Amino acid sequence: MSNGGRPMVQIEQVSKRFGNVAAVDDVSLNIAANEFFALLGPSGCGKTTLLRMLAGFEQPTGGRILIDGEDMATVPPNRRPVNMVFQSYAVFPHMTVADNVAYGLKVVGVPAGEIGPRVEQALAMVRLEGFGGRRPDQLSGGQRQRVALARALIKRPKVLLLDEPLSALDRKLREEMQLELVRLQQAVGITFVIVTHDQEEALSMADRIAVMDKGKMLQVAPPQELYEAPNCQMVADFIGKMNLVSGRVTGAEGTRLTIETSGLGTFELDRGYVPKGEVGIAIRPEKIQLLRDKPNGELIAWPGKIAQLAYFGDSSNIYVELESGLRIACTRANQSRQDSVAFKVGDPCWVAWQPGDYLLLDS
Amino acid sequence: MESWRQQPLVFWIFILPGGLWLLLFFMAPLALVWLFSFGERAGVIGIEITGTLANYWEALEPLYLGLFWKSLWIAAIATLATLIVSFPVALAVSFASRQMKPILLLLVILPFWTNLLIRTYAMIAVLRTNGYINYGLEGVWNGVSAATATVGLGALPAFQPLTLLYNNTAVIIGIVYIYLPFMVLPLYATLERLDRSFLEASLDLGAGQWRTFFNVVVPLAKAGIISGIILVFIPALGTFLISDLLGGPDSQLIGNVIERQFKAANNWPLGAAMSFLLMYVTFAVLALRSMFMNRDV
Ligand SMILES: Nc1ncnc2c1ncn2[C@@H]1O[C@H](COP(=O)(O)OP(=O)(O)OP(=O)(O)O)[C@@H](O)[C@H]1O
Ligand SMILES: [Mg+2]
Repeated sequence: MSNGGRPMVQIEQVSKRFGNVAAVDDVSLNIAANEFFALLGPSGCGKTTLLRMLAGFEQPTGGRILIDGEDMATVPPNRRPVNMVFQSYAVFPHMTVADNVAYGLKVVGVPAGEIGPRVEQALAMVRLEGFGGRRPDQLSGGQRQRVALARALIKRPKVLLLDEPLSALDRKLREEMQLELVRLQQAVGITFVIVTHDQEEALSMADRIAVMDKGKMLQVAPPQELYEAPNCQMVADFIGKMNLVSGRVTGAEGTRLTIETSGLGTFELDRGYVPKGEVGIAIRPEKIQLLRDKPNGELIAWPGKIAQLAYFGDSSNIYVELESGLRIACTRANQSRQDSVAFKVGDPCWVAWQPGDYLLLDS
Repeated sequence: MESWRQQPLVFWIFILPGGLWLLLFFMAPLALVWLFSFGERAGVIGIEITGTLANYWEALEPLYLGLFWKSLWIAAIATLATLIVSFPVALAVSFASRQMKPILLLLVILPFWTNLLIRTYAMIAVLRTNGYINYGLEGVWNGVSAATATVGLGALPAFQPLTLLYNNTAVIIGIVYIYLPFMVLPLYATLERLDRSFLEASLDLGAGQWRTFFNVVVPLAKAGIISGIILVFIPALGTFLISDLLGGPDSQLIGNVIERQFKAANNWPLGAAMSFLLMYVTFAVLALRSMFMNRDV
């Protein structure tokens, strides 16, 4: 990129208050050029508000936003080098598909001769060739969404903002469009900032994900890091499934800690730092092995019995109740057709995991 | 929905009072006037229904036709002016905060609480030669004059009050004032329902406020605009009170002529024929509306 490694979007200590509600609370964040960036978080955490501040529809009450190095404080929405795909798509109902896509060029005075080919090209990019003459009410939800996408991309923005663009689509179409968006982003080389509350969507599409809660930024990291090394209980719980138990540090020798937990006994753990007081111990369900007999060797193992089974086709979630009363969820791939019926509720069993699979979380 | 078919008695009990009212006080007088339009005067108060078309021929004489035409024009210009004045008002109300909205709407509707006649007289007080507008203008004029005198440019000539009353402009101003709420309310209703993200999308795509207004707001508010036009144009076409009180000698509209036929001239058959011609124009306007509304919905 020509900007010599400078981030495309710089969000510096940005806050937005509505009355006494802090919708976005002191958020700092850099987004690189060409990055596919996801904002993830539960409903009401301020994702849309942050996106709308990038688009210029809301003014920050604190901090500043730079896009491609330029302070956006005094730049109105129609002059910003960003375009937005709205959650409701906002495809103009009184215009044809082609007029919708051409709108952003017409209003800034692009010559008519140039508009036609560019509209064709944009429609081809979202696989809507031949739909130019249709009216929006003659389109399916997925097609309308692609019109909104073409309408924004034809402007060749520096940053494309997408507010839950896929939430109105059914599951199959959503997965198709996820791949499509990634393909498009790679093809056009534009920075994408997508808002979603669907963690699978964020994990599968984004280069980096920012997890928000109650207006605060909890963690910004690539998908693998977010999943394997969440930095707090909230992130661990929000991304994927997680077995969480609370624990207490009762002794430390350097960074080697003795941790007493409720339900998983006392054990030693070294994560290279010393947390204070209460901690969370977490293990991903898919890292837990389910066995009939006590394993030998390195594994940490607990006896219990099967409490509940949930069958998902490709995998099953099996809940094991330990003798301490703690319930452990473990995910088991159904690799052969017998796997899903191998265990029944009430069967005695063992759960086991590698010591390295413990996550230590500050609370 | 079909249940009234199973309970015809209930249906008739519900429909009866309203139906009777409409029949007695709307349909019957209308039918009577329609019959009069084919009648001849007999004596001072008598009307003989003879089936003659003479009233219609008389109503279509160039003198009256010219008045029809003029009334159409005045109503059209006044409706357009009402639309132009109302749009910003409706926009302001629909974009106002939740606390302000009811207050602003109340201000729009407030004049309705006063009698039409009194409101029209109030306009006279505003527009006449020594009315409030001229007072205000005179104050500004004298202020400017005093300023230029002190600066050494000499005083302006004495203030000449504007003639705002007793002409066609006064009639148009009067119609705009009286019928403003009929335009603001339907406009407000559609603008209120308008999804804000359409406006934001337009801004986002690089259009300024004006382009967004003309390319997005106006087309999407079409239903409200048409309703407002109908609600203002039809009564404006038949108005006689406003033109009578605010208009000059050349501001007579077809409504005044009709009124005169029923009162001073005591020619009910001619008045009836004119009324029905006016009603046919109204029907044509309504037909035009349904054509517009159906074309691309
Ligand atoms: N215009 C506004 N006036 C007052 N409060 C607002 C306004 N817009 C948003 N909020 C509040 O700010 C907070 C964040 O809202 P926001 O729409 O950004 O959430 P979100 O993360 O996009 O949620 P969702 O996933 O439900 O869309 C919420 O508590 C919301 O009620
Ligand atoms: Mg949102």
